[in-house]
Amino acid sequence: MRDHAPRDLAVDWAACQGHGLCAELLPDHVTLDDWGYPIVSGPLSAAAAKRARRAVADCPALALRLKAAEHQVTNRSNPATARSAHSG
Amino acid sequence: MNSAALWYLSQGTGVVSLVLYTAVMLLGVAVAGRGRVPGLPRFGVVALHRSISLLSLVFLALHIGTAILDGYVDISVLSTFVPFASAYDPAWIGLGAVAVDLTIALIVTSLLRDRVGPRLWRVVHRLAYALWPIAVAHSIGLGSGGGELMNGWQLWLTTACVLAVLGALARRISVERARSRRTPAQVLHTTRSQVRA
Amino acid sequence: MTATADRTETVVIRPQQARENGVLPSRPLDHAEHRAYYGVLPDPDRLPLGELASMIGDAGVRGRGGAGFPLYRKLVSVSGAARARRIAPAIVANGCEGEPASHKDKHLLRLAPHLVLDGLVLLGRELRATRAVLAVETGAPNGPGDLVRRLREALNERDVRQDGVSIELAEVPGRFIAGESAKLVSTLDGGSGMPSHSERPVRERGVGGAPTLVQNVETVVQVALIARYGADWFRGYGTAAEPGPQLFTVYPGRRRPRVVHSAAGAALAPLIADAGPIDAVLVGGYHGSWIPAPLARHARLTEADLGVPLGAGLIAALPADRCGLAETAHIVRYLALESAGQCGPCLNGLPRIAAALEQLADPRQAARDLGLIEQVERWCGMVEGRGLCHHPDGSVRLVRSALMTFRTEIAAHRAGVCTGGDRRPLLPAPAREPVR
Repeated sequence: MRDHAPRDLAVDWAACQGHGLCAELLPDHVTLDDWGYPIVSGPLSAAAAKRARRAVADCPALALRLKAAEHQVTNRSNPATARSAHSG
Repeated sequence: MNSAALWYLSQGTGVVSLVLYTAVMLLGVAVAGRGRVPGLPRFGVVALHRSISLLSLVFLALHIGTAILDGYVDISVLSTFVPFASAYDPAWIGLGAVAVDLTIALIVTSLLRDRVGPRLWRVVHRLAYALWPIAVAHSIGLGSGGGELMNGWQLWLTTACVLAVLGALARRISVERARSRRTPAQVLHTTRSQVRA
Repeated sequence: MTATADRTETVVIRPQQARENGVLPSRPLDHAEHRAYYGVLPDPDRLPLGELASMIGDAGVRGRGGAGFPLYRKLVSVSGAARARRIAPAIVANGCEGEPASHKDKHLLRLAPHLVLDGLVLLGRELRATRAVLAVETGAPNGPGDLVRRLREALNERDVRQDGVSIELAEVPGRFIAGESAKLVSTLDGGSGMPSHSERPVRERGVGGAPTLVQNVETVVQVALIARYGADWFRGYGTAAEPGPQLFTVYPGRRRPRVVHSAAGAALAPLIADAGPIDAVLVGGYHGSWIPAPLARHARLTEADLGVPLGAGLIAALPADRCGLAETAHIVRYLALESAGQCGPCLNGLPRIAAALEQLADPRQAARDLGLIEQVERWCGMVEGRGLCHHPDGSVRLVRSALMTFRTEIAAHRAGVCTGGDRRPLLPAPAREPVR
């Protein structure tokens, strides 16, 4: 679907091998950390949508996905707002 | 077009297909191993890998088409896909059929990559390591013509392709072995000794 | 009734409204003694479907495994998922106690296994679960080696027909991150126990694909007690925000650790009064925070006072003659080695942070490299929130709290001096089998 809702680039961390194609294709949204892994900043602009789809398709490790942007910033180091992953 | 011309065209497009397959292999190994092609960004290497593989399909189609159409040898449409069903030279043609089947599997799963899912795509794509040697064997077997090993430029070309791929694979294997041994304990050990230096 | 020698003692610290039988026994009870001590498990007539859930909601039970998520909401989502998918749910009581310094779960399992089993039965009935699992660690490093055997005996004592729920005992390899629901479920299903990029949370797709409720054994015990004594009894302990009796593992400095029965809102200082002069207190667990001594002196056991959730209930006092940086380096090294090593940032970042902290903990090395702190802070930022689980996030929380709480020690180390004389590690960091 080609709607214009803001999308997020989501990384599958188990699959990501740090190839770095995403950073090349989306330099305004993805930078690489010291070890070659992507740091994704914020939701994608509409202009970047096409390149983002390409990054998802081209990633050698198939580690990228586009998902609907989350409106709420989830602060993962604060467990009060983090999704519950521990056995509570 | 007369029969002999079609047969020679088949041979010719076969050679080109093999060269293109070799290029695709080299580029594929480069992508996986994070290698770079001078002048190309990483996503360019991926794009080139894809473009050349689609191009090789064209030459593969010509290669098969002309082989079927020529009256020189009897190769049916069926025997292009079903291994060892050919009346003529079932062994070597059969290998070619296997190569065709594998090629189709690779291309289809790659075109439908996001639909097929990472695991299935990876498993099928690894079949490329079987596909390429089979294609080489097919070409050696059939290029030998009347029983003698192919001569002259065919021999040199095939050797060059084989050496290139073997070299690329050797490098990839050694890189991969180094990477997969990395556990947190390893990283800790390496970092510690760097710190002390 | 002869008292057997316990490795840890149970100490009661003034709960607001003590209901005598709510406290843990001083020695393990068999099923008959258990029924006498606590009262009989309410049968389904007394607790019709829905009743238990609403009692849990009224009581405000929150998970005691670390995250503190409200149990009522989890019950609702698991039963909702079960109805929607028409699959009977499963429940798992997590007794693995992946937190190495924590003893409370093993303590519970040893002294009151039938309370745990009661809770599982009650939750199983409430959710109409077809599978109920008690997961414990194989060869638990902190606990007695025969815990599994005792649990099997306890299971054998029960009347499955009367319970209505058949409980399985599962032994799971011990690992710090094995405590997380998804990993535990994956291990129970025969998987690798490594974090995975599954879209569906465990409450929708867990053990055997069924919606699964995973709860810490202490939470399960709280359910067993609420069913008998009511939500008001539960609310009689603790605070409005963090109600209920809670177990804490207290490390009073040099002395042996003990499990303490207390509640949120109680004063922290009396728990560690016998520790002598202290520098700081580690609260929560290895994913918790260091609290400086002045704050610990006046703080209450609440998230508001301590700045961190009570978590797995660890309260470890660091005596003044120890080095907080050495202790932190020792813990973070353990955390780094416990990483699954699956996600790039964590695999690369945590060991580097650990190595840098080790360097910082040694005054001779710390004096040489003045950029260490900036490096550590930078790596913390890189590792946080980037990965499949919360292991790096929790580890970063600990590191940041150490950098803050041990500011003076850091300054001393950079000048080449350590203020603590005793650099031996205080808290346990067991070597476990490698992840892969």
